Amino acid sequence: MTEELTTKRTSQWKDVWLQFKTHRGAVIGMIVFSIICFLVAFGPWFWTLDPNYIDIRAKNQGPSFLHPMGTDQLGRDTFSNLLAGGRVSLLVGVTAMALSVLFGTLIGVISGFFKRLDGPLMRLTDLFLALPLLPLLLVMIMLFRDTLRGLFGPETGIFILIVSAIGLTSWMPIARIVRGDVLAVKEREFVLAARSLGTHNTQMITRHILPNVMSPIMVSATLSVAAAIITESALSFLGLGFPSDFPTWGRLLYDSTNFMKLSPERVIYPGLAISLTVLSVNYIGDGLRDALDPRIRGR
Amino acid sequence: MKIKSLVLGTAAAFSVASMAIADRGSDGHVNIIYWQAPSILNPYLSGGTKDVESSSMIIEPLARYNQDGELTPWLVNEIPTVANGGVSADLMSITWKLTPGIKWSDGSALTAHDVVFTGQYCMDPAGGCAQSNKLADVSNIEALDDLTVKVSFSVTKPFPYGPFVGAEQPIIQKAQFADCMGAKAPECTAENFGPIGTGPFVVTDFKANDVISMEANPHYRDASKPAFASVTFKGGGDAAAAARSVLETGEFDYAWNLQIDPTILSQMAEGGKGEVISSFGTAVERLMVNLSNPDPALGDKRSTLEGGPHPFLTDAAVRRALSVAIDRNLLAEVGYGAAGKATCNVVPGPAMYVSTANDECLVQDIAKANNILEAAGWKRGSDGVREKDGVRLSILYQTSTNAVRQDTQALVKQWWSEIGVETELKNISASVFFGGDQSSPDTYQKHFSDIEMYTNLFSGTDPEAYMGSWVCSEMPMPSNNWMGNNMPRYCNPAYDAMAAELATTAAIEDRARIVMAMNDMLMQEGAMIPLIHRGRVSAHSNKLGGVVQNTWDSELWNVADWYRN
Repeated sequence: MTEELTTKRTSQWKDVWLQFKTHRGAVIGMIVFSIICFLVAFGPWFWTLDPNYIDIRAKNQGPSFLHPMGTDQLGRDTFSNLLAGGRVSLLVGVTAMALSVLFGTLIGVISGFFKRLDGPLMRLTDLFLALPLLPLLLVMIMLFRDTLRGLFGPETGIFILIVSAIGLTSWMPIARIVRGDVLAVKEREFVLAARSLGTHNTQMITRHILPNVMSPIMVSATLSVAAAIITESALSFLGLGFPSDFPTWGRLLYDSTNFMKLSPERVIYPGLAISLTVLSVNYIGDGLRDALDPRIRGR
Repeated sequence: MKIKSLVLGTAAAFSVASMAIADRGSDGHVNIIYWQAPSILNPYLSGGTKDVESSSMIIEPLARYNQDGELTPWLVNEIPTVANGGVSADLMSITWKLTPGIKWSDGSALTAHDVVFTGQYCMDPAGGCAQSNKLADVSNIEALDDLTVKVSFSVTKPFPYGPFVGAEQPIIQKAQFADCMGAKAPECTAENFGPIGTGPFVVTDFKANDVISMEANPHYRDASKPAFASVTFKGGGDAAAAARSVLETGEFDYAWNLQIDPTILSQMAEGGKGEVISSFGTAVERLMVNLSNPDPALGDKRSTLEGGPHPFLTDAAVRRALSVAIDRNLLAEVGYGAAGKATCNVVPGPAMYVSTANDECLVQDIAKANNILEAAGWKRGSDGVREKDGVRLSILYQTSTNAVRQDTQALVKQWWSEIGVETELKNISASVFFGGDQSSPDTYQKHFSDIEMYTNLFSGTDPEAYMGSWVCSEMPMPSNNWMGNNMPRYCNPAYDAMAAELATTAAIEDRARIVMAMNDMLMQEGAMIPLIHRGRVSAHSNKLGGVVQNTWDSELWNVADWYRN
């Protein structure tokens, strides 16, 4: 009897965690992602070599105690570059994700909830979906780089530009998913009940609709972190994006391709970092989807 | 012993001779790769090196420069000079005598009328000829008889070897191009993609921006040449892939312009399948200083004379300190290997034009650079960046996207930070940077930065036209659609006067003296900071013989002499 009571009292989030734990891939993904985040966030405090410091006498070295991942063609330490690059890549990923989730949810909820706005907003979404992403990014970077650079300085300016460029071009799938769920939730009895009690639209959305569409939003969020990291890598790989002395994983990969035969590990390290991050984040998203779905949970 | 070596020597001589008298087409097929793909085979409609060099296998000039930079007769028997009467005593005309018996690849004879037509074709103002600067001051071209052509100038020309000399000025066939004059020139696709020429090869198929197929010219003047029956001239890819295809996989026999990390190149060369060749001409990798103000707040006046002078690069002490802080020898070693040498001059050759007045910069001296700045009143601020009267030494340093250039940027940035100069790096895709698009803010002509880096050079051995790049009127600005070569916005009446003097000076010693003075003026007044004297780097397969690297003309200038080892 007591046992039954305690089970009933468990919070919703505990249930989610219990379900999440059963997804082995998701748990491993979370551990790996945590390690990467920890290394990248606190690593530069312990590994204090400046990623941009050139020691030309130590160029093209293999792994050693002084340089655990070797050095590049100018004698810069690969490990500290990887740490510094990870900071930027992860920050870009998380910020761009926040931006695209914000836009996607906003547009998705509005177009799902207000019938009159549905048509125009969904056509806008289609329009954005039809735009070729990479050329659009290139044009945006060319048009706004100088303005933002003048306003915020070279690195912050480019950061804002890249994050908003990625965010503004990746909200569409989220908007569509959220709209679909909102349409379904809107017709449920509890919404009708709330409506008959005189609940306003704002409260209806924040109290009843949003909590019920949280699960697809969370999942899309994790997936778009991965997408943002890959897009940033693609931009850096094309030699656009951040200045050449500003390491990101994509740029490290790009710079290393020429040396692939001479020192293959230089390509493998940033490539592995990108793959591990994206893979672990994807697994976390997969686990979250199962855990957040009450119909799957508990089975 | 002596007899034995004599016998061996004779045998060797015979084998060389037998190779030389091999039949035309006896050596099969040769593959050439240019990682920038040719888009047209008419150099009069394109200034691109790739187009000029690919077409040089098909069409030829009257004379060209050999590997030592000497003028060499090509479709003529001798170079006209004042001594042999070919150049008039008043230096107002030059008369070329064609070698009799030269045939076009369609079997018809090359005549002086073709030469006259070529000049008219390029001088037609509606044609937009890319090589019209070579025909500057030409007043008349006439055929005195079928094999004699006289070029007259409107001014005295101490150096009359502009027209019809070098790979940029080949002779095209009048019969073929007669309907392609003026505005119709770019429309003649069949002609521009398959010119009839006097050269060793004939185009059989041309795919723009991709591949050219050629076969030996059956009417080539030397019956035993070329040794190859057919050529595949492939374009596209990047420098590293091109090098790999010759040095590692052996798919290609010749690869052009290999600006890649010397460590990678030498590692590829260790494969033993091919050989890297380089030779030095006049190419100099340099920093172009912006003497005008590139502040974005100036709007349309940005980087123009109206925008006012640069806040700190107009200070000679700053420019000298920037130059002295650079270790050019290290830059050459890291980025160019054997294909780069430190230089302090914008004119690095030929030897008689090279000044020694600026050699201070050959040795890096950070302490001296610091002292120069300190003495000029630039004091370090709290963040280590020097400033004076509220002006910080903060530089935006741009160049094209290329791994070697980004390495150079990183090194220079580190040295400049040691003397209290803050540097922001920017790299722009080469097709945009050198693209000349009016609407792009990132072209090298607009120079919306404090310092920009690229390589420039002059073809042939005479720097007159090149030195004319930095006169006041050559400044790129909105009113001339940002055309012009004076990227530093350097303007000094004394320099302009010397440029005018050079144009009318005949004696070679006097010309050398003026060129050196002009070079020194550019260096000492800080219009540019030269870094590396760059060689042309190419690679050829061990199975390909007869390659003679030439920086003064097309690299493929002697392709008729190539043979299979």
